Amino acid sequence: MEEHIVIIGNGISGVTAARHIRKLSDKRITIVSAETEYFFSRTALMYIYMGHMKFEHTQPYENWFWEKNRIELKKGYVNNIDTTAKTLHFAEGDALNYDKLIIATGSKPNKFGWPGQDLEGVMGMYHKQDLENLEKHAPNNDVCKRAVIVGGGLIGIELAEMLNSRNIPVTFLVREDSFWNGVLPSGESQMINRHIKNHHIDLRLATNLKEIKADENGKVKSIIIEETGEEIECNVVGLTAGVTPNINFLKDSTIEVGRGVKVNPYLETNIKDIYAIGDCAEQHEGINGRRSIEAVWYTGRMMGETLAQTICGNKIQYNPGHWFNSAKFLDIEYQTYGWVYSERSCPDYEKHFHWKHEDDTKCITVAYHKTTKAFLGINTFGIRMRHETFDTWLTEKRDVDYVINHLPEANFDPEFYSHYEADILSTYNKQLQIA
Amino acid sequence: MSNKINNSMSLAKPDALDISTKQKVALAIGFIGLFIMALALLNTNFPNEGLFLTLSLGMISLGVIIYSREAYLTKLEGIKNDGVWFKSISSHGAWGYVLGVVLTTFYIVLYFFPQYLGLGKDGAENTGLVHLFDPLSKLLSGRPASQWFVYGTLYTIAILAFGYKFILKYRHNRYQQIRTGSVMFFQLGFAFLIPEFMYVMNNDLPYYDLKSVWPLNYYIFDEWSVNGFLSNGNIGLALIVFGILSTFIITPILTYKYGKRWYCSWVCGCGGLAETAGDSFRQLSSKKMSAWKLERWLIHTVLVFSVVMTVAMVYTYLGYDKNDFWLTRGLFISLVIGFLTLVFAGVMFFKSKELGKDAKYGAIGFFSVIALLLIMHFTGTTEHVFFIKGSALRSAYGLYIGSIFSGVIGTGFYPILGNRSWCRFGCPMAAILGFQQRLFSKFRITTNGGQCISCGNCSNSCEMGIDVRHYAQKGENIVRSSCVGCGICSAVCPRGVLKLENDSMDGRINPTEILLGNDVDLMDLVNKK
Repeated sequence: MEEHIVIIGNGISGVTAARHIRKLSDKRITIVSAETEYFFSRTALMYIYMGHMKFEHTQPYENWFWEKNRIELKKGYVNNIDTTAKTLHFAEGDALNYDKLIIATGSKPNKFGWPGQDLEGVMGMYHKQDLENLEKHAPNNDVCKRAVIVGGGLIGIELAEMLNSRNIPVTFLVREDSFWNGVLPSGESQMINRHIKNHHIDLRLATNLKEIKADENGKVKSIIIEETGEEIECNVVGLTAGVTPNINFLKDSTIEVGRGVKVNPYLETNIKDIYAIGDCAEQHEGINGRRSIEAVWYTGRMMGETLAQTICGNKIQYNPGHWFNSAKFLDIEYQTYGWVYSERSCPDYEKHFHWKHEDDTKCITVAYHKTTKAFLGINTFGIRMRHETFDTWLTEKRDVDYVINHLPEANFDPEFYSHYEADILSTYNKQLQIA
Repeated sequence: MSNKINNSMSLAKPDALDISTKQKVALAIGFIGLFIMALALLNTNFPNEGLFLTLSLGMISLGVIIYSREAYLTKLEGIKNDGVWFKSISSHGAWGYVLGVVLTTFYIVLYFFPQYLGLGKDGAENTGLVHLFDPLSKLLSGRPASQWFVYGTLYTIAILAFGYKFILKYRHNRYQQIRTGSVMFFQLGFAFLIPEFMYVMNNDLPYYDLKSVWPLNYYIFDEWSVNGFLSNGNIGLALIVFGILSTFIITPILTYKYGKRWYCSWVCGCGGLAETAGDSFRQLSSKKMSAWKLERWLIHTVLVFSVVMTVAMVYTYLGYDKNDFWLTRGLFISLVIGFLTLVFAGVMFFKSKELGKDAKYGAIGFFSVIALLLIMHFTGTTEHVFFIKGSALRSAYGLYIGSIFSGVIGTGFYPILGNRSWCRFGCPMAAILGFQQRLFSKFRITTNGGQCISCGNCSNSCEMGIDVRHYAQKGENIVRSSCVGCGICSAVCPRGVLKLENDSMDGRINPTEILLGNDVDLMDLVNKK
């Protein structure tokens, strides 16, 4: 009998692992999920609410794909894991044996103990069930007169865009004094502040939630702001203050957990034949200067690609290459390659060159080493850049002069778009003269 | 659940995505314009047709213009797809089917019962709708309108008005604006005005839309057409030479440099309508693997049909010996077989690796065509090829492919099959261009390293039903025969993953297992295996 690989979680990490294990072997593979029958792209949930797509369009593989590739799908919620008997016990009462187990259960929205955080009408925006909940409580602006979003990160701004698409007024509470400025340098962060306001979203910076109040039916009625005590009436509260590994079901198991499931660089847990990948995995120490938990689509996928090798006999460490990421803030696309730190977490040696277009929707920030001039990374807003080019430049350890002078090679905007590299270069040269 | 389809026919929809008062006024203006045409259809006698025609076309255009300005200029620049899958008309809802039935009926009447539109038979005066268009036709070419003139005018108005709408929708995207300007220009100039002026200059010349290339323009080598050209001195000769050059020289060069998009989404009239008036239906094309399989069989069958039909047609009116014309039947059939063999051998020699399994089908297809041609040659008489009349083959093609497939289904079914079902499943020109695009072109859609998040916006908006995400999420470039290069996948991508470009042939097709961004050694290990 072929070895049985069971994967808990049908997100990008688990599915990538399954696909690659299938490519490399004939092992029996089962994917377990309580959320949906088939894999879908979580990042696309927003487009369903906005009417750009239907749910089935967010499923990257047609339904016949799984049977054809002999990947068994099991819908069920894992209550606990018996690591000695190598058995999963489901909330539905049944059980499943495994030879090797991969935990890829992803994240869940953070809740910081706000009064009223479990009321009806309060929700995160992570699972498919969150979307269904939003559809119930905010189908239109008659039912939902106003929504309040708490937490200024990537999911928060997506939720704001979603509600905006149905003309539902949004108040957006952001703890920081500028949007996402724990990650973005201030020039970028402030540009996004203005862009949010241009979309008629009521952005409240440096503002915290004190409590959520209920009406007589236990539904959200209003929220109170910590700083001013102001009460804002609303029908929906979106909690988008980050995510945390979704591992409650492991609390009573022998698997070592911290904030996430503790793994070594081989993505192995403390128990033999049990692995963890994706959002829910926590490295003992971050690899290559990365965070110990990386809740990003791409890292989940890369861990899946890596672990499949190990499971199929080619044991290798998770050793990702140069950091990259992307997002979209309403109408402004964002990409990043290498490391660019915000002022709040910027190391001493890191200096920035910042350029912004006069239309206030495009800018770039190039990070470089103060003394060696080595290129460290780039943030780009409203201009698409080529991943491969920056990956090569980072590997070749180019300096900042080289990168600014060769920017046209990295441009990835559609044909006929205006180019800004000349303007960027001249701004760069001027700044050098002043400095 | 949010992926509901709103099948309600109520105008007071429960959704928040209602249209504004201004848009309602715009709709009313447009419908009054259409109503004038409906009255004309019912043989209303207008005191001054010219005035009412102007009013009708003007109000339709004005309605679209006001509606679009209100829809897009009141918002910031960006992707405007909110509610596409909620609206009944664009999500297989009841209104979509109503529109489908209306369009389909219109095409059936247009092709098969033009007398209902008021076309005067045997030189009799036009009545009804066709009569309404007489003033414009007389103004342009001095002759009364025909049903084709009515159709051509409406077609052009649709491309211009909805082209304007499309340009506003994508006002942040210069590729889309320039491309749309191009289809509007070619429709108005090449398809509509120039043929009318050509008629004024020389009314013996057959109708010729210069941008319509064989085999899309399947009637160009018909006997009446060729005779028409040849009996008109140097201009006629030049035109038919241009027709032949278009197919065999100009098209391959442009497709090599830019991919088939130079034609399908920049020049072609069918494409022009699909990209403008049909834009609201692009998401309806099926992305299933089964649809792709059907597509490949169907479109290549039509191509074979069109080649065999055209050869049979030409063959029928050529003579056996050189006394009639230098091109004899024997020479002609040899030239055709020689050309096909050259193409086939070239592909097998240079590209057999890329073809793989499909090469087998290609070979079967090739040899069947050759066999058919030879059977034709040895069974053909002046009247009969394939034991049936050559003209019967030609009428069958005209009826089933030219009228029913490209018109009735191709456009009538916009709200059901999407806006490119003819281009995708039927157009023989698209088949030839696609074949070349797949094998001998610099064009591709480049995938940006490992940035894809599998969201599906690209696949959803692909009018040709390509599952773009399938490639993008593997970090693989998109090199598909059917891609018309409209560029909407690139526009709607929220992560800047897709770019249409013409670059070198090396590395154009780049299958990867491990995407950029992961362990360099692992990428080397797996991708180079």
